[in-house]
Amino acid sequence: MADVKKIATRDSYGAALVELGAEHEDLIVFDADLAGSTKTGMFRKAYPDRHFNCGIAEGNMMAVAAGAAAMGMVAFASSFAMFASGRAFEQVRNSIGYPRLNVKIGATHGGISVGEDGASHQCCEDFALMRSIPGMVVMCPADDVEARAAVKAAYEYDGPVYLRFGRLAIPVFHDENYEFQIGRGEVLHDGDDVAVIATGLMTYEALKAADALKERGVGARVINLCTIKPLDEELVLKAARECGKIVTCEEHSVIGGLGEAVCSLLSEKCPTPVRRIGVNDEFGHSGPASALLEQFGLSAEHIAEVAAEMAAK
Amino acid sequence: MTPDEKKQLQLTAVHIREGVLTGTHAAKAGHPGGSLSAADLLAYLYFKELRVDPKNPEWEDRDRFVLSKGHAAPALYAALALRGFFPEDELTTLRRIGSRLQGHPNMNLIPGVDMSTGSLGQGVSAAAGMALAAKRQGKDLRVYALLGDGETQEGEVWEALMFVRHYKLDNLCVIIDNNGLQIDGKISDVMDPNPIPDKLRAFGFAVTEIDGHDFEQIEAAFARAKATKGVPFAIVMKTVKGKGVSYMENQAGWHGKAPNDEEYEAAMKELRAQLAGLEAQ
Repeated sequence: MADVKKIATRDSYGAALVELGAEHEDLIVFDADLAGSTKTGMFRKAYPDRHFNCGIAEGNMMAVAAGAAAMGMVAFASSFAMFASGRAFEQVRNSIGYPRLNVKIGATHGGISVGEDGASHQCCEDFALMRSIPGMVVMCPADDVEARAAVKAAYEYDGPVYLRFGRLAIPVFHDENYEFQIGRGEVLHDGDDVAVIATGLMTYEALKAADALKERGVGARVINLCTIKPLDEELVLKAARECGKIVTCEEHSVIGGLGEAVCSLLSEKCPTPVRRIGVNDEFGHSGPASALLEQFGLSAEHIAEVAAEMAAK
Repeated sequence: MTPDEKKQLQLTAVHIREGVLTGTHAAKAGHPGGSLSAADLLAYLYFKELRVDPKNPEWEDRDRFVLSKGHAAPALYAALALRGFFPEDELTTLRRIGSRLQGHPNMNLIPGVDMSTGSLGQGVSAAAGMALAAKRQGKDLRVYALLGDGETQEGEVWEALMFVRHYKLDNLCVIIDNNGLQIDGKISDVMDPNPIPDKLRAFGFAVTEIDGHDFEQIEAAFARAKATKGVPFAIVMKTVKGKGVSYMENQAGWHGKAPNDEEYEAAMKELRAQLAGLEAQ
């Protein structure tokens, strides 16, 4: 899998908005002084009269987007994941979630792969925060193809959606014929010894881990779950029944994210041993993204190690 | 405004106050103080100002009203019921399990409610988003947002006002219910936001200051709002918290407390006397 093309999903987000904007007059975009970074600037360039900078005021931006949605517009609101889900949590909860308004939160710079900006900007709590809001769809695409498909699906879906995108350029492994559906996961690699369930940039790492595990005689089933909520229960339960052991992988705290969503499901419907790979209840720090991912165990090597241990039990 | 129109509005305002008392008394909870201070404004809005249609509450081109001070829901519900959006006898279900009349307004449950509110500071932002969208959609409608004066302590209010000015949302009218009191006491003692009109002017608003219980002044203020182009408009209306019920007037303690049976009877007696006085005019 060497020499694959790499694209940051925030770039995919910007490109998808531009594409959707051409077809849909009712799509408007809000940003909070980060249009260059979130890539909504691409949309601003194409449709300057449909892009509204709110300044550094994320709470106001979310409720403004809610008001626009109440008028029938499809409003995308963007900032870094930290501020979109954290700073503006209560506005998202009360002005978007509770009235179930048609706002799409395009959150970029999720996770520790933000890198050098350090812990204040490395949001590893957004899945937990957004999952806790009734009716909120939570997605974290794994590559460029999936990210563009997820943005399109979010536009078509009637209701609040949280989309997490990354700053770091990551490998593109889906082909253009990929059929995306909200709430539907996919099996990327077959195996019955252990199931590795991943989201976001961890999915490609899980695929690399599966190749390494194969050489060691371990059959790992790799499942990509772009939609963390609602969870593809059928796919997860099938993996639990057929593999008997699960490893979850996310660039997020082990508290409240994909791992806990999987554990909650399995504890009630199919008790199965699970190991959660993620950020272990600690803050990140400054450094190059690749070094941080390595240091925090968000790598193919660590996944392979944990999955092999699980398979051997 | 003809004398008869004025009398009708005054009668309507008293009926809204009756609805506030009836609802909060039945619920044994709720916010009568700030509901009563806003009753006259709501009477004017729903019976004179807003282009709305109770038979078609989802009419796309209607004016929008956002009760940013969502705790004044009892007054909004009374105004909507009197205007025919839902049956008046439903007002006694306020805050009950299974009722559409939630403690704070839910836009998906009650016909005529344009935005779910309750968490202070957010309604004015939503109203700004509505005004922006209306301009974008080429709709010739107006948006009104009613805020409490204590609510201006929320930083988001000022974020929203900056946004309104920046995008020249002259189709939005911001109204501040300046009754001077909040739950914990006088706004000037709790966290002084004064002088509110000066702050609004500094944020680029054209501001008019009125007596919020005087229908002629309310009418003139809305006329000025509509005539003001290119800059946003705010009405700061001096009001009396608990207005119309003597023992509630200017008492912070009646912010979030319901009248007991005796208090309810006393209040309703006062309101009936006000109606009789108006009818006798």
